[in-house]
Amino acid sequence: MTDQAAHSPAITTKDLSRRFGEFLAVDRVTFTVQPGEVVGYLGPNGSGKTTTIRMLLGLLRPSAGTGQVLDYDIVQQSEQIRAKVGYMSQKFALYQELTARENLAFYAGVYGVRQRQRIDEVLELVGLKDQERQRAGELPVGWRQRLALGTAIVHQPRLLFLDEPTSGVDPLARRAFWDLIYTLVEGGVTAFVTTHYMDEAEYCGRVGIMRDGRLLAFNTPSWLKQNALPGLAWDVYAEPLLPALNALEACTCVLRAGLVSDHLRAITPPDVDATELQARLVEAGTPAVHLEQVEPTLEDVFLALASHN
Amino acid sequence: MMPEYLIDASNLRKHFGGLHAVDGVDLRVASGEIYGLMGPDGAGKTTTIRLLCGALQPTAGKEQPTQILIGGVDMLRQTELARQQIGYLPQRFSLYEDLTVLENIHFFAQARGLQDRDWRPRCMEILQFVGLAEFLDRRTGHLSGGMKQKLGLAAALVHRPRLLLLDEPTTGVDPVTRQDFWQLIIRLAAEGNQNGRSTAVLISTPYMDEAARCTRVGFMRQGHLVVEDTPARLRTRLQAQVVEVVGRPLPLMRRLTSKEPGVEDVQMFGDRLHLRVQEGQAEAVMEHLNQVLPEQGCQISRLRTIPAQLEDIFISLLEIK
Repeated sequence: MTDQAAHSPAITTKDLSRRFGEFLAVDRVTFTVQPGEVVGYLGPNGSGKTTTIRMLLGLLRPSAGTGQVLDYDIVQQSEQIRAKVGYMSQKFALYQELTARENLAFYAGVYGVRQRQRIDEVLELVGLKDQERQRAGELPVGWRQRLALGTAIVHQPRLLFLDEPTSGVDPLARRAFWDLIYTLVEGGVTAFVTTHYMDEAEYCGRVGIMRDGRLLAFNTPSWLKQNALPGLAWDVYAEPLLPALNALEACTCVLRAGLVSDHLRAITPPDVDATELQARLVEAGTPAVHLEQVEPTLEDVFLALASHN
Repeated sequence: MMPEYLIDASNLRKHFGGLHAVDGVDLRVASGEIYGLMGPDGAGKTTTIRLLCGALQPTAGKEQPTQILIGGVDMLRQTELARQQIGYLPQRFSLYEDLTVLENIHFFAQARGLQDRDWRPRCMEILQFVGLAEFLDRRTGHLSGGMKQKLGLAAALVHRPRLLLLDEPTTGVDPVTRQDFWQLIIRLAAEGNQNGRSTAVLISTPYMDEAARCTRVGFMRQGHLVVEDTPARLRTRLQAQVVEVVGRPLPLMRRLTSKEPGVEDVQMFGDRLHLRVQEGQAEAVMEHLNQVLPEQGCQISRLRTIPAQLEDIFISLLEIK
C-alpha cells in the first residue's frame, strides 16, 4: 500500500456540479479515490450517480467545479481518460455468436492492443483458458460475466467502472468474480462500482451515498453501519404484525419503521431505550414479545440517508 | 391442523430440447407464506413460475406425471379455474403507455372479468393500496419506473387472487423503491391472514439480501431445488461460526487467515473478512489471530463473532453439494 500511496489519486473532484436548466443534478460533489481502492457509489434513481460518472468520463461538461481522472483533466483531456479506463455494464456488450477469444480479440482491436499474448494473458486471468473456443452465448452467466470483465481490461486500464457487475449470478460465481476484482486491485487497478444492491456494496472498501445531487457520506461499510445512522436500529417481534407496525409508525420516538418478513425493524433517536419503545407498544395494545437493539445494516443506513422523509 | 396449500406441485419438469430448464421440482407453498425462489439467472426460476401459472405445458415425466394444484384446483385439468386464483407479474409486463393509470387498471379489470358495477370500487381500493390513488389521470408513460411497477402489481391484484406470483419484480429497481415494494408484499400476505382469507406470495429474485424478507426460501440451481427452509432454520443449519475481522492490509490478512487451523473458508469483503470457523473453535481462532496477525504486520481494528449471513449459508451448502 505504501508504494501506491506515493502515486497521485485515481480520481479527484472538487465541487463538481452539473445543472440542467433549473435542475441541479449534481451539487458540489467533492471526493478523492486512491489507486487500488474499490469504491461503491450508491443512490436512488435520479440522485445524480450517472451524471457524475458521465462527467468523470468526459461525456458531459460540468457546470462548475473541477475533476481529474488518472491525472487527466475531465474537461480538457477526456480522450486520454477514455483510452485508459475500462467499463463493464450489467448489460455487457458481448458478441454472442463469437467465441470467448474472438470477443477479446475484437475489443483488443477497438483499443488498439496489438500484442497477441495479451489475449492469452486475459484468458488466463479471468479463468477462461479452457473455454476460449466456446461461443459467448453458450457460456453460463457467471463465465459470461468474467468474459465481459476480460473485454473491459484487455487494454490494461488503470481504472475500471463497473455497473452492477454481478447482478443475477450465483453466490459462488459472485465470489469468484470479486476475487478477480481484488486480484486486479492488488495490481494497482482502481474499481468504481455503481449499484442498487447492498450485496455488492459490501464488497467495496468505501461506499459513497448520493441523494438529490449531493454526496451525503463516503466511508467504509463498517464505519457507515456504526456511525452514519442518526439513531439506533431495533428488531421488534410482535404479534399480530400489522397493528404493531402501525403503532410504531405512529410513535413520535420512531424515525422509520418497516416490516422484515416475520418481524419489524424500527429506527429511533439515540436516546430512546427498550423500556420506552415497549411502553409505546403496550399503549397501542401490541406489546413486543422480543425487542433487541441490533447493528444497522447497510440498507438501514442507505434508507435513512437516501429516503425523503 | 393441516396447512392449506396454495401451491401444491410435484414433479415440475420442463425440457427445451436438451436443456432441462426445470428438472423434477416439488414445491408446496402454504397460506400466509412469502416464498422466495432464489438462484442465479438460468437456474429455472422463471420457467418454474410459468409452469405454475399455466403459461407453459410441463414435459411429461415417464413414470411420475406432473401435478400442479393451485388452491386445490388442478392447473392441468381445470386451467381457467386455477388461473383465476393467480395474480402474475411477469418480469417484463406491459402496460398501455398512452392510457392513464385508471384506464390501465380498468382494462385489466375487464380482462379479468370484473363486472361493470364492481370494477371502479375495486380499482380505487387497489390503487389506494399501492399508493397510486392520487395519479389516476396520469398517463402511464409519464410514471417513474417504481410507479409503473406498482401499477403492474395493482393490475396483477385487481381480481383478488389468493396466490401472487412475482417474477423478479425488484431487478433493476433502486433500494428505496424496492423497500416500498416489499412493504406492500409483506402487508398483502399479513392482511390476507388477518382477514381469514388465505393468501400466499411466491417471489423470485437473484438477490440474497431479499431472502431474509421471505418466510421461506428455496434455492434453485440448474433446474433443481437444492436447498429449502425458513431463513431462521437455515441459519441454524450452518454447523460453524462466523468470525469477522476488520483491519489492514486486507489481502495479507486474507492469506494468513486462510492458513489458520479451524478456519474452513475466508470470504473477503470491501473492508473486512468473514471467516467460517469449525463449530466451537471461534474463541481459539480469535485468540490465535490476535497474536499471529500483528506479528506479521497486520493491524486489527475489530475481531468478533457475528451471526451467519444467508449468503454464508448458501455458499457452504452449495460447496457440499
